[in-house]
Amino acid sequence: MADEVILLDKWVSPFGMRVRIALAEKGIKYEYRDEDLRNKGELLLKMNPVHKKIPVLIHNGKPVCESNIIVQYVDEVWHDKAPLLPSDPYLRAQARFWADFVDKKIYDTGRKLWTTKGDEQKSATEEFIGYLKTLEAELGDKPYYGGEKMNYVDVTMIPFYSWFHTYEASGNFSIESHCPKLMAWAKRCMQHESVSKTLPEPEKNYEFVLQMKKRLGIE
Amino acid sequence: MAEEVILLDTWVSPFGMRARIALAEKGIKHEHREEDLGNKSDLLLKMNPIHKTIPVLIHNGKPVCESNNIVQYLDEVWPDKSPLLPSDPYLRGQARFWADFVDRKVFDAGRKVWATKGEEQKSLMEEFIGHLKTLEAELDGKLYFGGEKMGYVDVTMVPIYSWFHAYEVSGNFSFESHCPKLVAWAERCMQHDSVSKALPSPEKVYQYVLQLRKRLGIE
Repeated sequence: MADEVILLDKWVSPFGMRVRIALAEKGIKYEYRDEDLRNKGELLLKMNPVHKKIPVLIHNGKPVCESNIIVQYVDEVWHDKAPLLPSDPYLRAQARFWADFVDKKIYDTGRKLWTTKGDEQKSATEEFIGYLKTLEAELGDKPYYGGEKMNYVDVTMIPFYSWFHTYEASGNFSIESHCPKLMAWAKRCMQHESVSKTLPEPEKNYEFVLQMKKRLGIE
Repeated sequence: MAEEVILLDTWVSPFGMRARIALAEKGIKHEHREEDLGNKSDLLLKMNPIHKTIPVLIHNGKPVCESNNIVQYLDEVWPDKSPLLPSDPYLRGQARFWADFVDRKVFDAGRKVWATKGEEQKSLMEEFIGHLKTLEAELDGKLYFGGEKMGYVDVTMVPIYSWFHAYEVSGNFSFESHCPKLVAWAERCMQHDSVSKALPSPEKVYQYVLQLRKRLGIE
């Protein structure tokens, strides 16, 4: 029986990108549906009544919500191709720890960066760079967080690369000058089709954010 | 070779309680070390340099951080006794979703209540109760979130029960009147030694909260 896989998503969402990358890595056929978040579809509201957010993976009619939970689910169900989580429990716990770090630190601080100005923005920028440096230190000399291949942590973090230009333009700084190894890692990931075909053009992302800022009345 | 398991913790932390319950459920011998968060030990800072928080599980010298991560790790390393996560990937995704809800909604709203007073506190308290009602609906007549036995979501959620008395006295209301089924579920969990021995007395927690609010300059 063929699997029916639908992804409710939004093109600019780094959380949605995680799922798209995982699905592509594993060669899973699916139907992509771009949601209008200001006019949420009935299917989204029915499949994620608690949070009403994307991404939502609908596998044979059953929903899985929250990007990292979806990626783990996809990894467990389609475990033969491109495994994303290590099989060793300790290494798996380490991978979860770093994915959790990305979730708790990168998105929220990044958002502060482009929604604030003046001293508040300066402070958010410094905090953000600090977190990137922590991530860069964890990478060390490995080509990927997963070692020789991309893993769960790479998939969790790489979507934010499409947002780097937006962060840099907003905070008036260069990520390359602070974390060259992290930039090298990102470009390495971008050589994978699963990543390069998923991430939108940085300029497109920046245009989207400028529109959001206008709508939110930020400038 | 004997396993060496150490848990760095503090008595009042609901996150620490999760680890304690999981260890007890699985009958894992371990050394419990109480940390003074105002004067963190060298070991804590060495084992959790990123967040510097408890709980930290140290298994044969190697650290695992973040409470839900610790519980999953324990479940994977000691899978035979009291399995906490379901074996089916879809049900596992559901369990992770609800544990994430407990973390991001229930515990987060609950924590903010203590840093506020008056109208702001009243509003946060209502939000907190709203999240509890969502959880109560998810329980939906089951004995436990895990079904016939306690599972991952039960272990994640039940520690906050030791804080209920403190919320009730501060907010001048009764959880029983808002979510009687959730209270009944908590009391059912408390019949397990693993839970009743891990949770501190509600009165002790209340005294702690009064001191905390004094220290924060709220009352």
